[in-house]
Amino acid sequence: MAETTFTSCEGLLGSLSDYIDGELGAELCRQIEKHVAECENCRIVVDTTRKTIDLVHVSNASETGLPEDVRDRLFKRLNLDDYLKPSAK
Amino acid sequence: MTTENTMPDISIEALRQGDRSEFARLVDAYSAPIYHLGLRMLGNEQDAEDVLQNTFINALTHLHGFEGRSSILTWLYRIAANEALMTLRRGRPEVNIDDPVDSGDDGEALPPTQFVDWSALPEDELLSAEGKQALDAAIQSLPENLRMVFLLRDIQELSIRDVASALDLTEANVKVRLLRARLLLRERLSFYYGERMRKEKTNG
Repeated sequence: MAETTFTSCEGLLGSLSDYIDGELGAELCRQIEKHVAECENCRIVVDTTRKTIDLVHVSNASETGLPEDVRDRLFKRLNLDDYLKPSAK
Repeated sequence: MTTENTMPDISIEALRQGDRSEFARLVDAYSAPIYHLGLRMLGNEQDAEDVLQNTFINALTHLHGFEGRSSILTWLYRIAANEALMTLRRGRPEVNIDDPVDSGDDGEALPPTQFVDWSALPEDELLSAEGKQALDAAIQSLPENLRMVFLLRDIQELSIRDVASALDLTEANVKVRLLRARLLLRERLSFYYGERMRKEKTNG
């Protein structure tokens, strides 16, 4: 594993989030794509950062509900007992 | 986690007039994302439940203070984030209660040191039970101020502007923290998946 620092690649690092989120202009994207075509470490950083965010999305997509007992106690705490019919979901 | 399909038309006017059925609708619409933010931030169900309950109690008390400049969900996240950060502080007796909730620390992102390319591994391998556990632990180990930004942006999927509004930060601050969080997470996952790839090579 190379002990590379990003002194020459700092520009990419600063734009990495915007690039991954699709918020960079076409010209900057082009520059980044040109750079990663020549710089293997930067390519890996871009690809693995993107993959990291993908995994976070995938792994959390299933965790969206509220446990029924948590909902029950919440409604009781808020004095909303009379609205405590089964949730519409 | 997307909330697009649970964005009903909640009437702020009705809420302010004390319409309890409207409040019940608000609670049902937004309690799940608030609960999961707490769970991710605090790491245990009891604390997450306390944050959830306190968030809606505070919301009810401060409805008159809601100005409608942000969406009601962003406003609820703002209350929940404060609750969660206060809970974290209470768990650390050595911290002075008068310290600001947010320690700042917006230094530069650390340059990457791990250059293993694990991005092409199959997803079921990356997110095996053990892989998912490593991912959760990596998120949990992010410093609080980075973790909160990361959770709101990359899990709850708020815009940069809404994260800034929820946490009273500038958008530039949010971007710096988000980058640091993502790079730290990438670094830890690279270390973990790199180890796994090496082991598989030796065993295979």
